[in-house]
Amino acid sequence: MLELIERFDFFSAVWMTVKLTLWAALGSLILGTFIAVLRLSPIKVLQWAGSTYVTVFRNTPLTVVVVAANLVIWNQLGLEVAARNATYLDDTNFRLAILALVAYHAAFVCEAIRSGVNTIPVGQAEAARSIGLTFGQNLRHIILPQAFRGAVTPLGNVLIALTKNTTVVTAIGVAQVSHAMRRMIEFRSDVLFTVFGLVALTFIVLTLPLGILTGWASEKLAVKR
Amino acid sequence: MTETGIAESGTAPGEPLVVLKGVNKHFGDLHVLKDIDLTVHQGEVVVVIGPSGSGKSTLCRTINRLETFESGSITIGGVELPEEGKALAQLRADVGMVFQSFNLFHHKTILENVTMGPVKVRKMKPEDAKKLATELLERVGVGHQANKYPAQLSGGQQQRVAIARSLAMRPSVMLFDEPTSALDPEMVNEVLDVMVQLAKAGMTMIVVTHEMGFARKAGDRVVFMSEGSIVEDNTPEEFFTNPQSNRAKDFLGKILTH
Repeated sequence: MLELIERFDFFSAVWMTVKLTLWAALGSLILGTFIAVLRLSPIKVLQWAGSTYVTVFRNTPLTVVVVAANLVIWNQLGLEVAARNATYLDDTNFRLAILALVAYHAAFVCEAIRSGVNTIPVGQAEAARSIGLTFGQNLRHIILPQAFRGAVTPLGNVLIALTKNTTVVTAIGVAQVSHAMRRMIEFRSDVLFTVFGLVALTFIVLTLPLGILTGWASEKLAVKR
Repeated sequence: MTETGIAESGTAPGEPLVVLKGVNKHFGDLHVLKDIDLTVHQGEVVVVIGPSGSGKSTLCRTINRLETFESGSITIGGVELPEEGKALAQLRADVGMVFQSFNLFHHKTILENVTMGPVKVRKMKPEDAKKLATELLERVGVGHQANKYPAQLSGGQQQRVAIARSLAMRPSVMLFDEPTSALDPEMVNEVLDVMVQLAKAGMTMIVVTHEMGFARKAGDRVVFMSEGSIVEDNTPEEFFTNPQSNRAKDFLGKILTH
C-alpha cells in the first residue's frame, strides 16, 4: 500500500480533494444562502429565479455540469479563469471544477437552509416585523441565524455528499483521489483490492468526522423553544 | 423620554389616533371583516371581545398590516397605512404588538430581545438601549432574568418581556392579541397587572381578550364583535350590565354563568 501511495503521489491527490471540498463548500454556502434569500423574498420574480435555479441544478447530473463548465465556459466561450503560465491547464481545470461543484451544490444548500427556515415558528418573523425591522434586517438578525442553526444536519449531509462528489471532476482531469485511483487501476491491476480499499478508507477518514461533528453541532446549536 | 417609555405621539389626549373606515377582508370565501368602522382616541383603552372566529384577532393584526385588507382605510395618527417596504416598517415601529404566543426571539437573550428594536430600528446607541431595556425589564418585574434565554422563562415572564420589547420602541399605540390566552391560569394576573399599569399610565391600547375582569377594570370602551362585524361599542359598565343585541346577551350569558 505504501508503495502505491508513493508511486502515484497519493497524498497530493488527497490534498487536492480536500482543497476542492473546502473551496466548493465555502462557495456553495454563499451562493446557496443567496438563492435561499431569493426564494424567501416577497418579490415574485426573485422567487421564480431562485426556484428555477434549484430545479435546473438539482436535476442535472453533476458530470454534465462539470463537463459543461469545461467545454462551454472555457472551450467554447473562451473565458479565461487562470493566468497563462506553466500551470495554466491545471489551474483552469481546478477552478472550473470548483465552479461546477459550487453551482451544483448551491441548489442543495439552498434547500437545506429552507428546511431550516421551516423549523422557525411563523411568529418569529411577525414579531420582527411588528417592531419595525425591514425585510433585510429580519433575514439577517432573526430568520437566517435560526435557519442555519436548524439546518446543521442537512447542511452536514450536503457537505458529506460534496466531499464524495469531488471524485466526479476526474471527468475534466483534476488530479484528486479518484483520478489517482484510475491511474492505479491502469498500472497496478494486480492489486485492485488494495487500491479500492485505500480509496474507500480515504473517504471514510474524510467524511466520518464530518458526520460526527454535525451530529454534535446540531444538538449544541439547536435553538431552544 | 417621559418617565417610563410611553411615547409622546403627535396627537393630544382625546384626539382620534387609530381610525378604521369601512375595512373589509376575506379569507377565501369567508368574509372575516365586514365594513369595520372604529375610532380609537389618544389615551383610550379599547377592549375587543367576541366569540372565536368573530374576526377580533384579524382586526387587531390588520391595524399593523400583519394582515392585508381589501377595501377601506386605516390611519394611525392621521397617516394612512403604507402598503409595504420601509414606510410600513417605520409605521410598525410606532405600533406595539403583543402576541398570544409571546414570540420572543428564541436565539437572543431577554436583554437582546428588548434592545434589538431600539438599536436596529431607532438607531439608538447600544449602551442607551441597554439602559432603557434594563429599566423596562425592571418595570415589568423580570429585571433579574436579563441574561437568560426565552425558553428558560415561564410563559408569564415571557409575555412580560414581550410587553417590554414593545414598550422599548416607545409606541404611540399598543395592540394586544389575546395576550393571556396561552398562559397557565396562575400566570394570567401577572401579565394583566402590567397591562393595567400601562393603561393607567395613559397608553393607548387595543386589547383582544377573554378577560372580562380586565375589560371592566381598565377598559374605557368595549367593542363586541360577531361574525366579522362590530355589533356593540359601549362603556364596559353599559355593555356588561345592559347589552343591547341578542348576540351580546347570548355571549355574556354563556361566559358569565359560572
